[in-house]
Amino acid sequence: MQYFRKIWRDFGRPSVHYGIGSLILGGFIAGVIFWGGFNTALEASNTEAFCISCHEHEDNVYQEMKETIHFTNRSGVRATCPDCHVPHEWTDKIARKTAASKDVWGWLFGTINTREKFVAKRRELAEHEWARLKANDSLECRNCHDFDYMDFTLQSLRASEQHSTSLASGEKTCIDCHKGVAHELPDMTGVEGY
Amino acid sequence: MNRITRLTALLLLPALFAATFADEIATMRDGVKIVDTPKPAPIPRVVNEDIKTQRSYPMQPPLIPHDTRDYELNLQVNRCMSCHARRRTEESQAPMISVTHYMDRDGNFLADVSPRRYFCDQCHVTQTVTREVYENEFVDMDELLQRRTAEETDD
Repeated sequence: MQYFRKIWRDFGRPSVHYGIGSLILGGFIAGVIFWGGFNTALEASNTEAFCISCHEHEDNVYQEMKETIHFTNRSGVRATCPDCHVPHEWTDKIARKTAASKDVWGWLFGTINTREKFVAKRRELAEHEWARLKANDSLECRNCHDFDYMDFTLQSLRASEQHSTSLASGEKTCIDCHKGVAHELPDMTGVEGY
Repeated sequence: MNRITRLTALLLLPALFAATFADEIATMRDGVKIVDTPKPAPIPRVVNEDIKTQRSYPMQPPLIPHDTRDYELNLQVNRCMSCHARRRTEESQAPMISVTHYMDRDGNFLADVSPRRYFCDQCHVTQTVTREVYENEFVDMDELLQRRTAEETDD
């Protein structure tokens, strides 16, 4: 306690040995290094390679995704994990990243370290993602799929019908109908629309 | 028959067999040699018009007039039912699965789809835009009946 009081006292005392110029400049340089380092680390953790460095992710969700249209398709544009699971805006991204630190807890204690455990927990995990996308109006979908640029004439009859009514009015959002577009679905008993 | 003749016959038999069926195997591979890899035909487009097609006979399971790519159908999920289940048809305006799908093998009606009728694509299939591999000689029974009536009036 004594130690913390001393630090707090020193914090408020004017500098005796260092010039104000070197303190400002040093602070600035240290700030750049810290901020750059923080963002670099953040971006490094925001890559698919980082996500699938855990076998839980590589053996389950990543393998399932390989068969879907978000991994392989005619034009070769593909989504990686953070494209759908992490918001692109900085503040939202930090909030999501903080919440996702619970994954580390799960990793440490082996919450889903076998296929059986993962399958048993799939419904709960999926519901978290559905709830998140429902709450943010399918923000991560819309980062690529922009309603304003959809050509209804190129969509199938059913798709254009539903997009021009329920989606256009805001009554429904992407995730309401498009569940399981990148991973296998859990047991859907009782889920609305199934 | 001496031993040498028998031995020769035994050795020649596989060769004879191979010679007989070689042509047939080559035909199934479109004449491509067994050591070569044949060029696969392009995958045909699936009909996605949402227009009901006429059934060829009353008991025919209706064809699926839309694409079903990536529709999950397993013990956990039945994507077809998200439109064709009884409770979903008002919103989806899709045809409800017929009442026979709710019957068990003894003819009792169940509350939900009978397990033996759960896997839709065992009977219902999509159609593709492609050339027929073999000419279809199917004749509608109405046409058969008309033919017979015509024959009878001729007599």
